Amino acid sequence: MAEATRLWEVFIRPRNGLSHRHVGSLHAADEVLALQAARDVYTRRGEGTSIWVIPSDAITASDPDHAAEMFDPTADKIYRHPTFYDIPEDVGHM
Amino acid sequence: MYSQGLIGADGRTEEDEAFLAAFQARIDAEEKIEPKDAMPEGYRKTLVRQIGQHAHSEIVGMLPEGNWITRAPSLRRKAALLAKVQDEGGHGLYLYSAAETLGVTREQMTEELLSGKAKYSSIFNYPTLTWADIGTIGWLVDGAAIMNQIPLCRCSYGPYARAMIRVCKEESFHQRQGYEIVMTLARGTEAQKAMAQDALNRWWWPSIMMFGPHDAESAHSEQSMAWKIKRFSNDALRQKFIDATVPQAEFLGLKVPDPDMAWDESLNDGKGGYRHGPIDWDEFWRVVKGGGVMNRDRIKARRKAWDEGAWVREAAQAHAEKRAARRAGEDAGGKVAAE
Ligand SMILES: [Fe+2]
Ligand SMILES: [Fe+2]
Repeated sequence: MAEATRLWEVFIRPRNGLSHRHVGSLHAADEVLALQAARDVYTRRGEGTSIWVIPSDAITASDPDHAAEMFDPTADKIYRHPTFYDIPEDVGHM
Repeated sequence: MYSQGLIGADGRTEEDEAFLAAFQARIDAEEKIEPKDAMPEGYRKTLVRQIGQHAHSEIVGMLPEGNWITRAPSLRRKAALLAKVQDEGGHGLYLYSAAETLGVTREQMTEELLSGKAKYSSIFNYPTLTWADIGTIGWLVDGAAIMNQIPLCRCSYGPYARAMIRVCKEESFHQRQGYEIVMTLARGTEAQKAMAQDALNRWWWPSIMMFGPHDAESAHSEQSMAWKIKRFSNDALRQKFIDATVPQAEFLGLKVPDPDMAWDESLNDGKGGYRHGPIDWDEFWRVVKGGGVMNRDRIKARRKAWDEGAWVREAAQAHAEKRAARRAGEDAGGKVAAE
């Protein structure tokens, strides 16, 4: 059986003003074919105005096993949220 | 992320009681499971099998309808059928990608389909004899697929659920274009109406078999429900489909080929529903195991497509390598010039 073709992650900007968003992945030999395949597979109904394709192996991801040390420290920093501060009602909306 | 490189090469997990209980607690809390999360090996295997079979069904499902693209009776019908078949190809690709996040490769899955090891929906082993079959497939087969797929949008495995959301968005036109075809025939000449009835006669039973064996005989159902891969049992979904479809047939003036079909007040917790007659499960298993009219043809067609596409894959790969080498050469040349 043929060797594996490269895996690409596909990101699409639905319309100007929004960021590119991950929509899925696909196999293609190079970036030119990856873009064409992404057009055919992920934008058959006007889903986007711009496509990014990125080799999957170029992505560095955080490890879910270390999710606690990565993300838990923010949980006790409630002073980062506006509701932490007491402002009298008389001041009005702030 | 969907990246293969990110998935632990060995999906081994320490499956002691505590691990399984913690996993079940995440599922019960409606948390989605993502590719790199720890998961029981059974959960992973079930998903690989199910998503793989689902992907193969989309791809093999292109064949019976593809058979009629060049013979569609008008440009409007041809454009719609072409778009539908192209969508099914897309569905297969979304699903293969979702399966790949679980550590199985596309090549492995393709190999298993071509060797006959992997199964796909038995419905695609029936032949498409007339144009009415194309309408009936859209109406019944895509209709049954939608019933199955809507709850899968809430499947506990994130990539599968996301793929199903895309699929479901696209499926609705498939069923509607099919129903429109059948409706046109049902309102046509006597011969056209007979053609529509004949197609319904042949596709009805295979369509309700698509939901799989009865709950009592369904081997993996209970665990899949507990893991929230499945949300409704086979029989519950089948009943839903029948209740939705019988009135649609009546509207067309067509008759569902089940002499025992009757309204039964006691079904659906007293809300009433259509009680169906006995299903010929021997036929179901015969077709699943390769004894359908079209099993050999379908795999032969997939093999031919794979073999005859080999030169395209090889050429694309060679071209990509040549371009990469040329770029590397230019980079090296550029550096020398700059120094
Ligand atoms: Fe589909
Ligand atoms: Fe479909």
